[in-house]
Amino acid sequence: MNRVKNRGLWLTVGLTLAVGLWPPLTGDANNREIVVTILMYAALASSLNLMLGYTGYVNFGHIVFWGLGAYVGFYLMSALNMPLVVAVLGGGAASGLIAMLLGQAILRLRGAYFALATIGINEAARAFVSNFEPFGGPTGMSLNFKVYNAYGGAMQSLWIVYWAMLLLAIAAIVLSYAIKSSKFGLGLTAIRENEDAAEVMGVFTPTTKAWAYVLSAIIPGMAGVLFFFKNGNIEPVDAFRLHTSIEIIVMVMLGGQGTLLGPILGAGIYERLRGLLLVSPLFKNIQLVVAGIILLLIVLFIPAGVVGWLRRRILPLREWVE
Amino acid sequence: MILQLQGIAKQFGGLSALTNVSFDVSQGQILGLIGPNGAGKTTLFNVISGVFRPTTGRVYFKGDDVTGLPPYRLARMGIARTHQIVQPLNELTVLRNVMVGACFGRENLGLAAAEKVADEILEFVGLAPRARQLANSLNVAQKKRLEMARALASRPFLLLLDEVLAGLNPSEIGDMVSMVKEIRNRGVTIVMIEHVMRAVMNVSDRVIVLDYGEMIAEGTPDAISKNDKVIEAYLGDPKLAEELAD
Repeated sequence: MNRVKNRGLWLTVGLTLAVGLWPPLTGDANNREIVVTILMYAALASSLNLMLGYTGYVNFGHIVFWGLGAYVGFYLMSALNMPLVVAVLGGGAASGLIAMLLGQAILRLRGAYFALATIGINEAARAFVSNFEPFGGPTGMSLNFKVYNAYGGAMQSLWIVYWAMLLLAIAAIVLSYAIKSSKFGLGLTAIRENEDAAEVMGVFTPTTKAWAYVLSAIIPGMAGVLFFFKNGNIEPVDAFRLHTSIEIIVMVMLGGQGTLLGPILGAGIYERLRGLLLVSPLFKNIQLVVAGIILLLIVLFIPAGVVGWLRRRILPLREWVE
Repeated sequence: MILQLQGIAKQFGGLSALTNVSFDVSQGQILGLIGPNGAGKTTLFNVISGVFRPTTGRVYFKGDDVTGLPPYRLARMGIARTHQIVQPLNELTVLRNVMVGACFGRENLGLAAAEKVADEILEFVGLAPRARQLANSLNVAQKKRLEMARALASRPFLLLLDEVLAGLNPSEIGDMVSMVKEIRNRGVTIVMIEHVMRAVMNVSDRVIVLDYGEMIAEGTPDAISKNDKVIEAYLGDPKLAEELAD
């Protein structure tokens, strides 16, 4: 049984590595930019899956962790001249801490009420940062171009971000797998299926949910720092986009919530699709409409997502696809 | 005394679901809890298992005051229950359902040990052939067994059974009753809510009758079936009264 389960992990990591190693092998800058975005969304979708797929809590505020972590990391770099590694770790830690505090308040809510609260948090975070002077208020912060010299110049920095993003995506997969095959993960699925019954059976629901929330927040915080380090500047409107949160939900649902491969696959498919739509004259202004339609179709017809659907239809796949 | 209730009352707004309920349950007993619909039996279970906090009164479990503790703490201390309306974890297999009980119950086992316990328990309740099926594919009788299995997997000291016989056919009832006796023989104290009168009278050491949230009688099955107040409470339902008199 364990060997079979491991196959699911190796397949997902292998697939991510195959895609992830392609740009460095070809050395193509264009490919690198496409893949780095896919990797980032893979990490975001996979970490959101801990809440959405494992615990059954719909979180519209996942991007808040990305944005706030990025702001903290960016502040460490631009104001305190910390190295990128410290900024990334700091951003992740900050997001985890924020999740812990927020969780105390909103994890008491269930279902639609929790989802609504997370939308509120997204708006509140943007409003807060827009008025927070140390973070540059509405205009945000910029990195001095000299910062990149410490990493061998701008070009080299892009590759550093690339490798770090690949590492994060794989870390998200390994974390998801470790949780899924643990007692903690069993507690999460029990909460997803029936929180009251889980409580009566002895699952410490408040702490269990809080840890899921914290663990799902750390990787986005780190990814945010990397993204905005590459970007060179950060503004509230870029850091807290509600529709990006929704797009991450679409990715998880598309690939298959609660599965290991699903969010990764969903991120890849959705990002490629968006790439194609953005260059098409017909769709470039309405690509979000397509996201909306995809979400609608999934919820109506294949709520288990691509991976869930395949697992149900093609039984031999179960040994390989987790 | 494994369980002691002292002056339990529970009010929902202006409605009194329970008023001044006090009784003890001693180790190894089977206590039957009967009463007409809406008498407050399930509410009492919710109070004992920590789902509701009583408005007044105290609950003692193995001598400790556990009033108002959350359900998961009580589960860890050794109180397990089944639900009248079955609550399976639908998208998990039968085995995983039972593993949740073993993992998070009194023994707080790791996954590997929990799987072993779950296998044993599924064998005991007769669900072993269905272990790999999803819980939502079971029929009602099987789901009741699953509820029982999950509760047992936590290796409880006190087991609260909420109408495990309802909706079962006579042969299934027979199986379930012998299972309940077997569980008691293994040293688990049982409180059971039941409407199937013959079964509860047959299996219980002691019976408590609730009506409109109040305890109207307490005693051996024999004494209860001859108690005037009890017969009166059931008069609205002549068939049940007849069964009692049997």
